[in-house]
Amino acid sequence: MNGEPLVRWDWIARNWANGDPSAISTLLLGHLVMAFLPVVLGLVVALPLGLACVRWRWLYQPTAALMNVTYSLPSLVLFSIFLSITGLTRTTVVIPLTFFALAVLIPAVVDGLTSVPDHVRQSAVAMGFRPARRLLLVELPIAVPVVLAGLRVATVSSISLVSVGALIGQGGLGNLFIDGWQRQFYTPIVVGIALIVLLAVAADGVLVLAQRLLTPWSRARRTA
Amino acid sequence: MITFEGVTKRYRDGTVAVDDLSLEVPTGAVTVFVGPSGCGKTTSLRMINRMIDATSGRITLDGRDVREIDPPTLRRGIGYVIQQAGLFPHRKIVDNIATVPYLLGWDKKKARARAMELLERVGLDPALAGRYPFQLSGGQQQRVGVARALAADPPVLLMDEPFSAVDPVVRASLQDELLRLQSELRKTIVFVTHDIDEAIKLGDTVAVLRVGGRLAQMAGPATLLTEPADDFVRGFLGRDRGIRRLSFISAKEVRLDPAPGELAVDEDGRPLGWRTGGGLSSFGTFDPEADSLRAALDAALLSPNGTAVAVDGDGRVRGVARREALDELFGAYADGVPERARGFHEQPPGPGGESPPEGGAETGRAGS
Repeated sequence: MNGEPLVRWDWIARNWANGDPSAISTLLLGHLVMAFLPVVLGLVVALPLGLACVRWRWLYQPTAALMNVTYSLPSLVLFSIFLSITGLTRTTVVIPLTFFALAVLIPAVVDGLTSVPDHVRQSAVAMGFRPARRLLLVELPIAVPVVLAGLRVATVSSISLVSVGALIGQGGLGNLFIDGWQRQFYTPIVVGIALIVLLAVAADGVLVLAQRLLTPWSRARRTA
Repeated sequence: MITFEGVTKRYRDGTVAVDDLSLEVPTGAVTVFVGPSGCGKTTSLRMINRMIDATSGRITLDGRDVREIDPPTLRRGIGYVIQQAGLFPHRKIVDNIATVPYLLGWDKKKARARAMELLERVGLDPALAGRYPFQLSGGQQQRVGVARALAADPPVLLMDEPFSAVDPVVRASLQDELLRLQSELRKTIVFVTHDIDEAIKLGDTVAVLRVGGRLAQMAGPATLLTEPADDFVRGFLGRDRGIRRLSFISAKEVRLDPAPGELAVDEDGRPLGWRTGGGLSSFGTFDPEADSLRAALDAALLSPNGTAVAVDGDGRVRGVARREALDELFGAYADGVPERARGFHEQPPGPGGESPPEGGAETGRAGS
């Protein structure tokens, strides 16, 4: 507008790391924490829950239904629910995002474990594996590709969803959107979008790399 | 020895998979459980290593009730080969084979050395050790399955339709390989199949089970073909029992006549054909030292004059067997044939013999 450039580089330079809580680097760090914590927590919870759902099949339908309902709730609603409990803190953002991660990760763990072919499971039993060791050394490793696929979706969506927290002042890079919007100043908005996309692409790349390294045995199977 | 004493398996919904089964599986021999689907053959097999527990009755292994033994411990002492091999997709071939040694707590070096030894023993190229299962053909995977079952040198081997998921040519080479291994190892093998021809080829004893899990007949394969106990067994054995029986008689007994002048041979003494009006016509050969009477009859049927050409291991003519000579033997064995001192044409080629063409291609053996 009125001759204002889309990106003012000097603003970025001045605000990158000026020690202020609204410095871009500080927001980036906060964004990282708020995006990854839910994924890590989600995985920690999804593993035992997924295992339980595989062990007791009747558990899966209600769990999946509950997670889907949560997933369908607008994040704003969840934020306002937790706002009354945890206040204007990062926790208020992390808890709902953990639920979103769970909605993706529980089915991923369940699908991963059920992707273990029956003849493989049975031959493990017949070789004399005890249940815990069989889970740890046979079933979980075989579930890894499917779980990692779910982890990629959960990570990328978590990175993007953190920005909604800006509505309670805890949006990481999302705070830049509010800032730019209120001042009709586009540079922070562009910076926010660019960094979030970069973050998502980088995180996804790391996970793809991890999958390559962790499961060299699964590469050709997908094409087979 | 494995003994079934009045073993019954009844599921909660009332289905009876195995009904009052009593039989003995002799040590050091191959016992085949064969029957249509739903006859309880796999259930019976899995009750031996307690993947399924019997509802009533007792299964003993060398006199010990298997139910007194902790299942994982019991299973580590019994080799198991499953249909589709059941290899662990995330482990390299060498580690797949070393599975039970690892479980038994062997050190890694020793377990891997043992795995490499077995890889060669089942006719696979040691270069496959570092590959993953998906990089192997179905037949190779099944050989790895057998190697894995043998890794901790268990005295007993359970094989659950191990060769049913591979094509017929590969299946035949796997069967030959198993017979060759068994002639060296003398394990107590229980083999489950729905294929009666496989049962007759591999079994020292064949237990035919009928739907509902009842034992219909248990006998040596030659006896089974000669004297099926009832219509069910007769029907299950199928056609051509008379001809298939001939597989159990060595062609060694066939009276040979000197080769007549009509048989054209090359300078090495290998047959070229029968001289007929216009030229040379087709002929069939058999090796009296290695083949069965069935192969001799087949050779006779391939010649227009009904005379089979007997050759030695190098393919040189030793004589001919006329139909009358074969007929004499058919007559002599009309009432029954002896159980094999291991089959003749089924006998896999020895170290000096020619390998079946698919053997080399399938195993990728580095020159035999």
